[in-house]
Amino acid sequence: MATANKYKVIGTRPVRHDGVDKVTGRARYGADTKIQGMLYSAMLRSPHAHAKIKRLDTSKAEKLPGVRAVVTAKDLPDPGTRIAQLGEGAVCMAHLTRNVLAREKVLYKGHAIAAVAADNIHIAEEAVKLIEIEYEPLPVLLDVREAMKPSAIVLNDDVRCEEVGAGTTGSTPTNVAKHFHFEKGNVADGFAKAKVVVEREFVTGTVHQGYIEPHAATATWNPDGRVTIWCCTQGSFTVRQQCSELLGVPLGHIKVVPTEIGGGFGGKISVYLEPVAAALSKKSGKPVKLVMDRAAVLEATGPTPASYMKVKIGVDGDGKITAGTAYMAFDAGAFPGSPIGMAAMCAFACYDVPNGSVDGYDVCVNKPRTNAYRAPGATNGAFAVESVIDEICEKLKLDPLEFRAKNAAKEGTRRVDGPVFPRIGMWETVDYLKKSEHYSTPLPKPKFGGKVGRGVASGFWFNCGLKSAAFATVNTDGSVSLSLGTTDIGGSRASIAMQLAETLGLTATDINPNVVDTDAVGYNDVTGGSRVTFATGIAAYEAGEDIKRQMVQRAAVLWDVDPSQVSYDVATASLIGPGKNITFKALAEQVNHCGGPVIGRGFSSEANQGGSFGTHCVDVEVDPDTGKTQILRYTISQDVGTAVHPSYVEGQLQGGVVQGIGWALNEEYWYDDKGVMRNASYLDYRIPTIYDVPMIDTILVEVPDPEHPFGVRGVGEVPIVPPPAAVANAIANAVGVRMEKLPMSPPNLLKEILAGK
Amino acid sequence: MAKKRVVTTTLNGNQTEFLCEPRQTLLEVLRDNLDLTGTKEGCSNGNCGACTVILNGRPVDSCLVLAVEAEGATLRTIEGVATAAGLDPIQKAFLEGAALQCGICTPGFIMQSEWFLSQNPKPTEDEIRFNLAGNLCRCTGYDKIVRSVQDAATTWQDHYMKNCHEKGCH
Repeated sequence: MATANKYKVIGTRPVRHDGVDKVTGRARYGADTKIQGMLYSAMLRSPHAHAKIKRLDTSKAEKLPGVRAVVTAKDLPDPGTRIAQLGEGAVCMAHLTRNVLAREKVLYKGHAIAAVAADNIHIAEEAVKLIEIEYEPLPVLLDVREAMKPSAIVLNDDVRCEEVGAGTTGSTPTNVAKHFHFEKGNVADGFAKAKVVVEREFVTGTVHQGYIEPHAATATWNPDGRVTIWCCTQGSFTVRQQCSELLGVPLGHIKVVPTEIGGGFGGKISVYLEPVAAALSKKSGKPVKLVMDRAAVLEATGPTPASYMKVKIGVDGDGKITAGTAYMAFDAGAFPGSPIGMAAMCAFACYDVPNGSVDGYDVCVNKPRTNAYRAPGATNGAFAVESVIDEICEKLKLDPLEFRAKNAAKEGTRRVDGPVFPRIGMWETVDYLKKSEHYSTPLPKPKFGGKVGRGVASGFWFNCGLKSAAFATVNTDGSVSLSLGTTDIGGSRASIAMQLAETLGLTATDINPNVVDTDAVGYNDVTGGSRVTFATGIAAYEAGEDIKRQMVQRAAVLWDVDPSQVSYDVATASLIGPGKNITFKALAEQVNHCGGPVIGRGFSSEANQGGSFGTHCVDVEVDPDTGKTQILRYTISQDVGTAVHPSYVEGQLQGGVVQGIGWALNEEYWYDDKGVMRNASYLDYRIPTIYDVPMIDTILVEVPDPEHPFGVRGVGEVPIVPPPAAVANAIANAVGVRMEKLPMSPPNLLKEILAGK
Repeated sequence: MAKKRVVTTTLNGNQTEFLCEPRQTLLEVLRDNLDLTGTKEGCSNGNCGACTVILNGRPVDSCLVLAVEAEGATLRTIEGVATAAGLDPIQKAFLEGAALQCGICTPGFIMQSEWFLSQNPKPTEDEIRFNLAGNLCRCTGYDKIVRSVQDAATTWQDHYMKNCHEKGCH
């Protein structure tokens, strides 16, 4: 709204640079890799959720004609107890290697055990059936609260409970890997000042990112020990680091070539197939491709945790929050590392909570090791906190947006976990939504003969900065080739190229953005944390500034004047000297003869984002006879900083909302008592179809982030945070039932409706 | 292993013969034997629509068709949609309407949308949603896909009436 007219390129909607490749089928994704002489491979996966591996014999599989190599955990070096810094934080290598290929035990159904490379996929699949394996089944733990009991069987002997903050670690093996405790003010005093206190318990199921492209990796291990890996990843550099650690190969001997990536949402950061494909290539001497099927994607990659939460909030007679507490236990899956820490930090972040405490627990259970999923952890917490707030507003007869405006976190508000907010736009998202046509319009009449209701909810996500590097070379026709190391998961080539164009006064089409391999650009952290348009944007901006300085020097050589007499005019994209000027394009034609090629470089290292907020409004219609909820109308109001390419910003908001609607209404892993996921297909793990949802209206609130030269904020993650709570609040408004369980699927909701009667 | 079979098809307007095993799906043959990797594999059991191709004038999930079943068939894949003259209107509409993010589902959506518009050049929003419900997208929330199909329908109705027939969409 505010910033649109400040810029020439930023705020416009050019066709994305990689678009033609993607609408013609020419773009190469993970499984599209084909290398001369390549083998195909398949994996043996555990049918048990928890078992000791008593015997593993691959000899019959190895003898099948057409089989070229079989690998098991024995083909990966034992990392011992090593903890490695892998860009995203400390990773216990003993756990990572056991997740890639099981060693002593299998810890979840689908856990990878062995892999076969053969002349074609069918031979590889037949050979997998010839691997002989004996298991000793163990008791299965699926529920966090069960797994936290002292009597529970322990999944990992080496896990001790780390008290984060206190800095102490327990002495006995446990499933509880971490306990976070945050505290602010005096909680007891806070609750004493409250007029209304509501405390509720919530449970949510395991959900998956659901990207349409299954994981795929192709690797070549050359006789000189150098390894090349082609894969669809959110972070080529972290794949390089992880594979270096897992394979025992020097980092510099591994080149990771990122293909296009068909969705990730946090699930394509950790490696699964890459080291296995490399080990198969080493053993067979040929390039090897390994692709997951859909069932493996659901059963054996990293979904996001199921959770148990208890939230208590007190509000005084003026409608101000006086205190809040949250207890959150997240299932980490087979190995520690759920996003519980971030969940605990986000829980109350939308509000100015004077007295609060949050306890978070990271708990191992017999499910796949969890991973990030779009604002990891925040959605679970928001479901609980925003539901309690809605109930309080109902009790106090307060308009839920008035309440949020009154209690909104602002610049200077201290979060319960400590940090103080810089300039943020929480209040503005509420204000814009309050004034929206949707919120000012009465509820529609039922379309299907059910009951209608409206709900609102807010959400917060940090957005991170991390490291990005880029370089840009000026071509003789005045175009600029931009080399990037952050994979483009949804339009970032365009949003970064636009920032370089803005910096130089060029057009978006003057820039040729390319995502290049790990040997071809400086270090980049992953595409994640809503950071790429922000941080790689800064790197591109810096590269642009570097180009300007060099172009000034080249013009000075051309005109034989001192560089201090030359300046770069962005408005006209030209160099201005004493009585002279030359356009960028005209000078580009001559730079090779007046000083040499111009190569700009830039990186972002220290910049950190101020965080992103959204407030959502949804109208639903509930069929009280079946428990089915239909979304009638949805509006999302989000602080997007500066919308670089508004179409793709809207797209991020719409996509996040619809994923959140899926989480709210349909999605969950159904486990039987043996720990077998019974709905490991898209038919039964039902993500929203185009027929399930309406248009998603977006309000782009622009509160520029002062940390970024163009005020960019990450936009990708926070839109998934409020939907489950907003839908739950709308259902409560429609049928008077407060859902404390996700998903709010027809059977789950009908049960509560009937219980209410 | 059963003997390989020779299958003769008309693929994207050209007579194309290929050798395949009876157990190979049409999707596998398109991607692995014929290097037409524009048709994507998302689930291999007909749930996601990423592998949609037009077989004898009807959209099918190519993962659910055996390659040998394509004997004598007319096939159209994403590789046959754009011509030397440029993009097809539905491709253009997806591009200009930002109807893709990661792009993996896009070929399937384009095949299904183009076929659907050839059948129903003036669809309502509800009809568009109903007819694309077999194609899953996890990135966009579908809003811009619906709008792009609407745009293609209003701007290029004539195109579909004229050209699709020639290209064998119906």
